[in-house]
Amino acid sequence: MSDTRPPARTLAEKVWDDHLVVKGENGSPDLIYIDLHLVHEVTSPQAFDGLRAEGRPVRRLDLTIATEDHNTPTLAIDKPIADLTSRTQIDTLRNNAKEFGVRLHSLGDVEQGIVHVVGPQLGLTMPGITVVCGDSHTSTHGAFGAMAFGIGTSEVEHVLATQTLPLKPFKTMAITVEGTLRPGVTAKDIILAVIAKIGTGGGQGYVLEYRGSAIRSLSMEGRMTICNMSIEAGARAGMVAPDQITFDYLEGRPHAPAGEDWDAAVEYWKTLQTDDDAVFDAEVFLDADTLEPFVTWGTNPGQGASLSDTVPDPSTIIDPNERASAERALEYMDLKAGTPLKEIPVDAVFMGSCTNSRIEDLRAFASVIKGQKKADNVRVMVVPGSARVRIEAEAEGIDKIVEEFGAEWRFAGCSMCLGMNPDQLAPGERCASTSNRNFEGRQGKGGRTHLVSPLVAAATAIRGTLSSVSDLTTETATTETATTDAATRTETETVEV
Amino acid sequence: MEKIDIISGVAVPLKRANVDTDQIIPAVYLKRVTKTGFEDALFAGWRNDPDFVLNQPAFQNPRVLVAGPDFGTGSSREHAVWALRDFGFQAVLAPRFGDIFRGNSGKQGLLTGQVSEHEIEKLWAAIEADPGVAVTVDLVERTAVLGDLTVPFQIDDYTRWRLLEGLDDIGLTLRDEAAITEFESRRESWRPRTLPVK
Ligand code: SF4
Repeated sequence: MSDTRPPARTLAEKVWDDHLVVKGENGSPDLIYIDLHLVHEVTSPQAFDGLRAEGRPVRRLDLTIATEDHNTPTLAIDKPIADLTSRTQIDTLRNNAKEFGVRLHSLGDVEQGIVHVVGPQLGLTMPGITVVCGDSHTSTHGAFGAMAFGIGTSEVEHVLATQTLPLKPFKTMAITVEGTLRPGVTAKDIILAVIAKIGTGGGQGYVLEYRGSAIRSLSMEGRMTICNMSIEAGARAGMVAPDQITFDYLEGRPHAPAGEDWDAAVEYWKTLQTDDDAVFDAEVFLDADTLEPFVTWGTNPGQGASLSDTVPDPSTIIDPNERASAERALEYMDLKAGTPLKEIPVDAVFMGSCTNSRIEDLRAFASVIKGQKKADNVRVMVVPGSARVRIEAEAEGIDKIVEEFGAEWRFAGCSMCLGMNPDQLAPGERCASTSNRNFEGRQGKGGRTHLVSPLVAAATAIRGTLSSVSDLTTETATTETATTDAATRTETETVEV
Repeated sequence: MEKIDIISGVAVPLKRANVDTDQIIPAVYLKRVTKTGFEDALFAGWRNDPDFVLNQPAFQNPRVLVAGPDFGTGSSREHAVWALRDFGFQAVLAPRFGDIFRGNSGKQGLLTGQVSEHEIEKLWAAIEADPGVAVTVDLVERTAVLGDLTVPFQIDDYTRWRLLEGLDDIGLTLRDEAAITEFESRRESWRPRTLPVK
């Protein structure tokens, strides 16, 4: 993205150029316009406080929206929040939203939920826009062909005050995934395999563009799962070029363009493809045909392997830092090298987070557990990404399937993804989780996390050990086709994704 | 952010090296939801010690901290700057600073002047000879003056200009206000709007 740029451009470069307010000179950053600013309770209080101190207003209330998610309880949501810090953060957001006039969806509201589920669901996230939020998983919105990235609290204040950000151009990396996924293999397995391949620092300084036939055939939910975890590869953002699947997902959503605006938008969105002769700064390839369900064994998202593998032996790792990190990880995870991953028993299964808590994820999970009982010694928690997803799921009977399975059906929020609310692992507990971070203590002090897809989470909840759907008996795996339309879609999903 | 040119007030010697941001403000204070009011958190680990320099009667209402080498290393928390500022400090002089701390300071209106280790010791000696003495930090001249003693300090031109102009990051961007407004007038109508609520 320098002055010597050839005329052919990547998707990321096109979106960047279309948001250039002031071109930086002599090494100073470009000033980039922000189309959509998502706000939540954890990273916004000091930003609003900063505005207050300087007597500055929010420049564009009509490009700003807030929701409560990180701290919200998933049980008894009508009761006051017990934890004082959590309650203070939520109350502060409510007061700030009121004082500055920001649209806020509070606990109990039908549009409340994880900020990265709410934006797309309302049709606010769309191709060719810039999206920021004080949260690293803002990369999720890149699935629409938007340039979306997480920012810090001072940048939140900056965007509130100016609707712009001074930014240095990013480098671009193509991640090409060709082929057809086998049944039981999903978007989550693609991204876990990508991170294992390039490492948690491999994407540093880059915007990733996911391309290739395997990506093109993914649903919007699948693409969101992939872009969501771009940050776990160290990247600033991840993107997928928009296509008919994107347009179909968006059309008719509350804030999607309508009428002439829709036509104009689609015409422009169709130009948002990387030009054939554009050059990426780096390229990575992955074969979808041979991909298997993936799982992490360590304490960073790059420490993963195919579920049919064994726990790796750190002594075979050449890089001394990686080896030391693997040794520490196995100790923390209480795992022995050589143990088949499928023999690892879990205490808990968490189905939720901004990576995998959309309606399609819940359908996939429900399609596997339907008519089954969970393993006795495993507690299973299902947390929809937003209040609206919860309502949709209930309309399809997913809540009943979950409860009959013996799992807990909760209210929407970040929940056990980071354990800021009471949903936490106890020390030493082991969890198969559809979230995005397996850091030490992420899901509760001393808790042990294995990152998995919703299908693997479901199969694991049934068998009590890390499992893929193919490990279930034939009878179980081919879930009977359902009575509702939705379940039929789930079935298709399970096969095609 | 207020413009700074000359700072004058009580100078405090902090005769320690490697004071990292965890010591400037311990992590427990990061849970707060405000950007001001961190004065009680400054050097919280040391404040219970009656001998700690900030507890001595001569050094009340200080303005300038004269610190040892590698001040402000460690975690990137902006709270370290807020705590110093809220306590009343307007400038820190030290032989070396942590990079991120130094960057954060420039953005928040806290002057960080680099003074050689030798001259820091001269400043310490002069302060100890006359506890509570005022120092004058002149950003225009890049000097710190304490009685007969004048020591030069270094600060990069860009940060100095911002402090002299009183420009925080937002203030800097708002100099391009006209360009932002012009850009907004060109934005297509299909782009998302959160209001009115639909
Ligand atoms: S679900 Fe987890 S990763 Fe996503 S926004 Fe919430 S805490 Fe962050």
